Amino acid sequence: MSYLKVDNLTAGYGQMRILHGVDLEIAKGEIGVIAGPNGAGKSTLLKALFGMADITGGQVSLDGENIASIPPDRLAAHGVAYVPQEYNVFPSLTVNENLEMGAYVRNDDWSAVLDRVYGLFPPLREKRRQPAGELSGGQRQMVAVGRALMIEPKMLLLDEPTAGLSPMFMSEIFDRVLAVNAAGVTILMVEQNAKQALAIAHRGFILANGENSWTGTGRELLDNPDVARSFLGG
Amino acid sequence: MEALVFLINKALVAGLVIGSIYALGAIGVTLIFGILRFAHFAHGDLMTLGAFFTLALAGIGASLGIATPFPIALAALLPAMLLTAASAIAIDRTFYRPLRLAKVRPIIIVIASVGVTLMLQGAIRLVAGVGTRNMFFDQAKDIHRFTLPGARREIVMTEPQVVLVALTICAMVGLHWFLTRSRLGKAMRAVSDNPDLARITGIDTDRVVRATWVTAGALACAAGSLLSMDVFLKPDLAFNLLLPIFAAAIVGGIGQPFGAIAGGFLIGFSETLAIFDWGVLFRELNPLLPALLQLPTSFAFVPTEYKLMVPFVILIIVLVYRPTGVFRGKVF
Repeated sequence: MSYLKVDNLTAGYGQMRILHGVDLEIAKGEIGVIAGPNGAGKSTLLKALFGMADITGGQVSLDGENIASIPPDRLAAHGVAYVPQEYNVFPSLTVNENLEMGAYVRNDDWSAVLDRVYGLFPPLREKRRQPAGELSGGQRQMVAVGRALMIEPKMLLLDEPTAGLSPMFMSEIFDRVLAVNAAGVTILMVEQNAKQALAIAHRGFILANGENSWTGTGRELLDNPDVARSFLGG
Repeated sequence: MEALVFLINKALVAGLVIGSIYALGAIGVTLIFGILRFAHFAHGDLMTLGAFFTLALAGIGASLGIATPFPIALAALLPAMLLTAASAIAIDRTFYRPLRLAKVRPIIIVIASVGVTLMLQGAIRLVAGVGTRNMFFDQAKDIHRFTLPGARREIVMTEPQVVLVALTICAMVGLHWFLTRSRLGKAMRAVSDNPDLARITGIDTDRVVRATWVTAGALACAAGSLLSMDVFLKPDLAFNLLLPIFAAAIVGGIGQPFGAIAGGFLIGFSETLAIFDWGVLFRELNPLLPALLQLPTSFAFVPTEYKLMVPFVILIIVLVYRPTGVFRGKVF
């Protein structure tokens, strides 16, 4: 039973069409990775899922429900959280205030969730009164992901979470992604560092020129010599 | 000693009063710029509208026979602030919001606000005429006098001036609490920082926009009404206010509410100190100085009629040397 199902999605920005009929399917609790060369439409696919791009055709359903027409500010209430690649924190707000804003749609007591997020990202606890804009790239990324986790999402969309980070931070982020997934969150991740990302993926989708290029489990794609040659640097 | 009292009255008290007016207006301008991302040219006339609401409600109250121990105009201030807040929301709904939804370039919304200003000016003159009004038609305003030891002249502050300064202090404290401790206030700061991320996070941007107009409208009404109580109410009240208020907001760092307050007082005090006749103080000092170093007995940096030059000059200096303002505001 698929949890997130994308059927023949065409999408873009205004007059510009980026995706020309993309299919994608992941089951509940899986980690899906979208990879491919620059300009393939990876970020556009995530943005379209979150209502930040214009969908011109196709279907997007989450747990059987059509979410293609739901505006972005309502999706948080549907349990979908999105972490954009850039400008993904509120720079003048403190770390704690950023996380508070993450919990904006909640009406209950979320102090336990806040604790868990600080537990997942210990360096943030001591910097919690610092404006997020003053943190280093890796720490800002933690704030961005932490903010998304505050709603305890059913599905987490991550746009290049390791972009611009050092290799050490990269593996830390992937560790955290695994930990979040272990707690039952379905994850869909766009990644430039395809090799490491596919290693932890249940399902991989390689896009090129706005269309599906290769699809399979993470392991299948890593073992595929054509994929390795084209996208993974041999 | 007399000279010191003169300085306090004409420069310090006056600077405090005009600085408060500029601060209250600049807070609204800077919030609207930070959250709605356009320069609200109609802000001066929003202040005029607020002042006329106060006058109208005071008049209605008086004709209904409501008697207050203090001038009725002060009692009308709070309901007038609510009325102005509601008008600000209505103006936004009618004129600015459709443009926002159509995703026009910000300059178009600025021009729309110029249109709104012309409309408000016309509407006010149509309903209330072009004459000058006195807000204290029922009772005279109280005058508070303080004497310094050794001086015959007194330090004078009128009732509306005291209310103005008190209200400005309350607004500062209230704004700080609101923006740093309340959920809606933090959401406003979040929308100001990154409106796309705010939508992604699920923040209700409509509610934030309404809160912005309520704050800006209420404070504009207070500023306009209390200024009218300090002097007189004229339909062109806004004319001499718009430039200093924008200058205050920019100097303090556009988008930073506390910068707006600082900017307001900076410009207010600069104005009063620039037009102050320092000769009055020099006259006291001259007996102590040698004959060759006598100071002029009449000296002001800027003639009173050119007082509007002061915010201009400060604005130019800030834009040349520190364009983002004292508190480093937004540059889009």
